Amino acid sequence: MAYIIEMLDIVKTFPGIRANDGVTLEVEKGAVHALLGENGAGKSTLMSILFGLYRPEAGIIKVRGEEVSISDPNVANRLGIGMVHQHFKLVHNFTVTENIVLGLEPHKGPLLDIKTAEERVADLSKKYALDVDPRSVIEDISVGMQQRVEILKMLYRDAEILIFDEPTAVLTPHEIHELMGIMRRLVEEGKTILLITHKLKEIKAVADVCTVLRRGKLIGTVKVSETSEERMAEMMVGREVSFTVDKTPAIPGEVLLEIEGLSVKNSKGLLCVRNLSLKVRRGEILGLCGVDGNGQTELVHALTGLAKIESGRILLKGRDISRLTVKRRTTAGLGHIPEDRQRYGLVLDFRLDENLVVHAYGKPPFSHFGVLDYRAIKKNADRLIEEFDVRSGEGPSTPARSLSGGNQQKAIVAREIDRSPEVFVVAQPTRGLDVGAIEYIHKRIVEERDKGKAVLLVSLELDEIMDLSDRIAVIFNGEIVGEVDASATDENELSLMMAGSKRKAV
Amino acid sequence: MGKDRSKITVPLVAVLLGFITGAIIIMITGKSPLGMVQAMVRTLTGFDIYGRSSYNPYYIGEFLLQSLPIILTGLSIAFAFRTGLFNIGAEGQLMMGSLAAVTVALLLKAPFGFHSLLCLLAAAAAGALWGAIPGYLKARFNVHEVVVTIMLNYTALHFSNWALLLFGSVDRVKTSEFPASASLASKFLADMTNGSRLNWGIIPVIIALVLYWFIIEKTTFGFSLRAVGFNKDAARYAGMKVERDVVMSMVIAGAFAGLAGAVITLGTFNFGRVLPSMEGYGMDGIAVALVGGNAAVGVLFSGLLFGMLKAAQPLMQSSQIPREIAGIIQSSIVLFVAMRLGIEALLDTLKRKREGQK
Repeated sequence: MAYIIEMLDIVKTFPGIRANDGVTLEVEKGAVHALLGENGAGKSTLMSILFGLYRPEAGIIKVRGEEVSISDPNVANRLGIGMVHQHFKLVHNFTVTENIVLGLEPHKGPLLDIKTAEERVADLSKKYALDVDPRSVIEDISVGMQQRVEILKMLYRDAEILIFDEPTAVLTPHEIHELMGIMRRLVEEGKTILLITHKLKEIKAVADVCTVLRRGKLIGTVKVSETSEERMAEMMVGREVSFTVDKTPAIPGEVLLEIEGLSVKNSKGLLCVRNLSLKVRRGEILGLCGVDGNGQTELVHALTGLAKIESGRILLKGRDISRLTVKRRTTAGLGHIPEDRQRYGLVLDFRLDENLVVHAYGKPPFSHFGVLDYRAIKKNADRLIEEFDVRSGEGPSTPARSLSGGNQQKAIVAREIDRSPEVFVVAQPTRGLDVGAIEYIHKRIVEERDKGKAVLLVSLELDEIMDLSDRIAVIFNGEIVGEVDASATDENELSLMMAGSKRKAV
Repeated sequence: MGKDRSKITVPLVAVLLGFITGAIIIMITGKSPLGMVQAMVRTLTGFDIYGRSSYNPYYIGEFLLQSLPIILTGLSIAFAFRTGLFNIGAEGQLMMGSLAAVTVALLLKAPFGFHSLLCLLAAAAAGALWGAIPGYLKARFNVHEVVVTIMLNYTALHFSNWALLLFGSVDRVKTSEFPASASLASKFLADMTNGSRLNWGIIPVIIALVLYWFIIEKTTFGFSLRAVGFNKDAARYAGMKVERDVVMSMVIAGAFAGLAGAVITLGTFNFGRVLPSMEGYGMDGIAVALVGGNAAVGVLFSGLLFGMLKAAQPLMQSSQIPREIAGIIQSSIVLFVAMRLGIEALLDTLKRKREGQK
């Protein structure tokens, strides 16, 4: 069998971590080859090596049967390897075509010949059914379209092997569906695709072959058609994974969090949360679902004290906290897992142990009379790292920036749960995480419920809402359009409500 | 691990490259760079490498004297920077500190030693107040601190020039001399350094360095300041008082700069001076903070380095090397530190080559 790419016994080490430990990857021409693994398993490292961003310490890379040394991305480009990064690298006020030709601008004499380029982009777009207008400006088009521009960029450079790094993380369900179609079309036209992902559904939907990595080691390569999702999840995590959340029926107690007629404006001064009322009881998880941008972010900010309230009240155990500072709310018993973990949840340039005490640093045992006690801070970190299985290269002194996304989130969850607040506002707790981490975080959230905490779960993932919640409230255009019992509803009903059709509260 | 090491190696390489640049320019002008080396060695150690003249500690004293104020302004800029603020106003805070020191020195009577302590405290307070203005405007109205501090520098210059003349002056350039009780002059230090102007100003500088390190690295207050400096949103989300931190950071930064004003006025001159223009201590402080990586130890060493470059200028001139060379070296060091990524890449390549040869 002729492989288009062979990466043999690749080794790459970072301080404290063996990111790739003798990994072998063989890719057939014209296949969609998935690379599956948890966050931090070494998928991205392996692909960065193939793309010339890192040099391996040992191992051989062959492209079309010939041994090559890929010292930088330009070499990779010449070999026909292109990469669609998770975070697009586009110039926002340039047009599609200008972005695509960047670096190899066609010219007539000294003048830029954008017309020829536009024609070629249009041709490519047509050939691969990408439906991109070469003349639109990047900032005017959707995220899904921007991704297609990235794909076009590679095709324009005649790439034969396309690497997709977690391409669906930023897409809506509809856009994901379309992307799958595009991938199949690319393969039909003779391209080879390497898909980095931790989403099993996508692999099932589009991939032919799947290579699984775990903690830097190769676990195996399987045919997707012959392997079940459960089996792949097990290979990835190293143990059996349950896809459903185990939980007993809720035993709700008294109301702990009560939102009364809350109205909040967004940064542009528009009313985003309108006269919203909700109650969350002790021992239950209330899921708030809705399409992105219907006031969820503003609601969470208002609850946690980051946004000003126009009118209404927030009662925590009967006490009005709506005028309190963030700190007072925290001490009153409010815990939160923020939606944007890198912006709000962590100080990325702080070490892990420092991040774990950003609330409590001012109190003993972490400080005495205003002087920090780094021994106590480190001890606290050791304990939480152990208890919550936060994996890091250098333990408590690892910079938060160098943790993988899943471990960053675990660190936040550890910090918040350890503070033991009675009311939890949990926003998008598993965005971008792999099944292992998702399972773990879900389990901890249910545990908190069972301990008698009130949990308000805000999520864009319908599956997550349906799996975790005891009751579900649907938000549309800043208003609650209905509340339903989680066991007495289905995806269809929720979808209808998310689109704004009213339903009576139960 | 690797990052910690580059925190030290990159500035060192930058300094080396700065000196090489200076040497090359001297050679282009047709002089020998040895003259520069000689001037610098003599400034640092008091020895003459040519052996033509005898050991003279006077140069060491002058070099330390030049370092004192820029270490303080360096601390001022570094402190604000750790909270994510760019304090261009150290110069103005320094002048206000200087004015306060003059006021207390001339108007107040107090016993020896205690008088100078009062002057130093007044200077720190005046600098703190001058720093509080941009801090408050930033925290309350989100006015950019760079704009406010630049304007306040001019305000401080002209205000202090006007106010100094209220004390009475014979020549409209300087005030009368301070009483001995307020002066920082030290016969002991002067004698040790063969009559240099080195003075007790060295003590507040050492205290300031220790205080800086302690506040930033060891206190809860410093923890909160650093969190705000790295990520304001996360700090706010964790319940830290971001606005208070911004004001306090500028207040303390201003106090460091104000102290520098007192050290110059009470130590180097012993009278208040009417200045035709700003003297550039604030700008030097930016360079010191940048090269010193905004850490106490770093600021100490880079302050000494730039103090040495200033003090070596007269010696360089006596070897027919233009004094501007010192300025060129200083600017190239700053430039090379700013090219940190390039230097890191260069070091990496060198390392790989060396490993490849083995």
